[in-house]
Amino acid sequence: MAIELPENVVVSKLDELASWCRKNSLWPMPFATACCGIELMATGASRHDLARFGAEVFRFSPRQCDLMIVAGRVVMKMLPVLQRIWGQMNEPKWCISMGACASTGGVFDTYSVVQGIDRFIPVDMYVPGCPPRPEQLIQAIIDLQDKIQAEGTIMGDEFNLPSRQMKKRALVELPVLPSLPPGFIPQLRR
Amino acid sequence: MIQTATLDKLKAAFAGLAVSEFRSQTRVVAPLASAAALMAYLKKDGGFDLLVDVTCVDYLNFRDAKDRFGLVYLLASTVTNERLTVRIFVNEPDLTVPSVTSLWAGANWLEREVYDMFGISFAGHPDLRRILMPFEFDAFPLRKDYPMQGRGERHNFPVLTRGRS
Repeated sequence: MAIELPENVVVSKLDELASWCRKNSLWPMPFATACCGIELMATGASRHDLARFGAEVFRFSPRQCDLMIVAGRVVMKMLPVLQRIWGQMNEPKWCISMGACASTGGVFDTYSVVQGIDRFIPVDMYVPGCPPRPEQLIQAIIDLQDKIQAEGTIMGDEFNLPSRQMKKRALVELPVLPSLPPGFIPQLRR
Repeated sequence: MIQTATLDKLKAAFAGLAVSEFRSQTRVVAPLASAAALMAYLKKDGGFDLLVDVTCVDYLNFRDAKDRFGLVYLLASTVTNERLTVRIFVNEPDLTVPSVTSLWAGANWLEREVYDMFGISFAGHPDLRRILMPFEFDAFPLRKDYPMQGRGERHNFPVLTRGRS
């Protein structure tokens, strides 16, 4: 026998309610290091307004944020800073890796650029592009909102799953190319 | 461009300098022994009051190369609009060159960059330490025998997973 509910009562799971609240108020922590940071600023500006998705303020204090957007290439000198900021954020927290450089190192396969921050930070969304258009970043935030709604729990238990805690095994460093042998003189092919 | 009068005075003051020109760009090759005196002369008597850049070239495996490192000093005069390039060649194992920081204050960071990337020490520099790479980095990246992708330093960091952060 069904219970008659008045019109102003909604029944839902607590997890779904909490996820709905969290996904619609994602406050980003902009970790903008390079050119993608400009596109991040453009996304937060008036034309492609990020505030309509709940990202009302770009707080620069990690204690007050729950979404870190890493925009731009991260060099090895900056990586300990990135890890420290990530550690200072309170759970529940998510990370968007914006642009090709943050996702894979981009065009900079050099001695100083980290080839993808997901080697050292858990990343939830990757946005390809160099730089990605603001619409792509907005799409990534919408997709992240869907992910939060689908997997979210009120106590944050989804972050304790073993699948979330495994180190990425596919990201093996490729063998370093050997330097040129001594006496090698590049010649034009005729 | 350099005026003929300036060049003649330079050649008279320092005998045996190798001077060459290419498309109105003049360059002077200075032996290491007289480098400090030449730089001081160029600043005080030559009128070159602006040091544009200090950089270096690694001639390892280069055809017809006699010395391994060639320092490049780009000088300019803001008064007479002259430009001059000074080359100083150094070889291993003694990679020490007199610093020009006492003449041009802008050489401070420029020489730090050359030290960081090539390993050339500058005698008399007030604060010679790495400027671009982290301080504990132990190689010199722009040398030709250093691979472009590095030797694994860029990924030598702890991994933070969800459970540990």
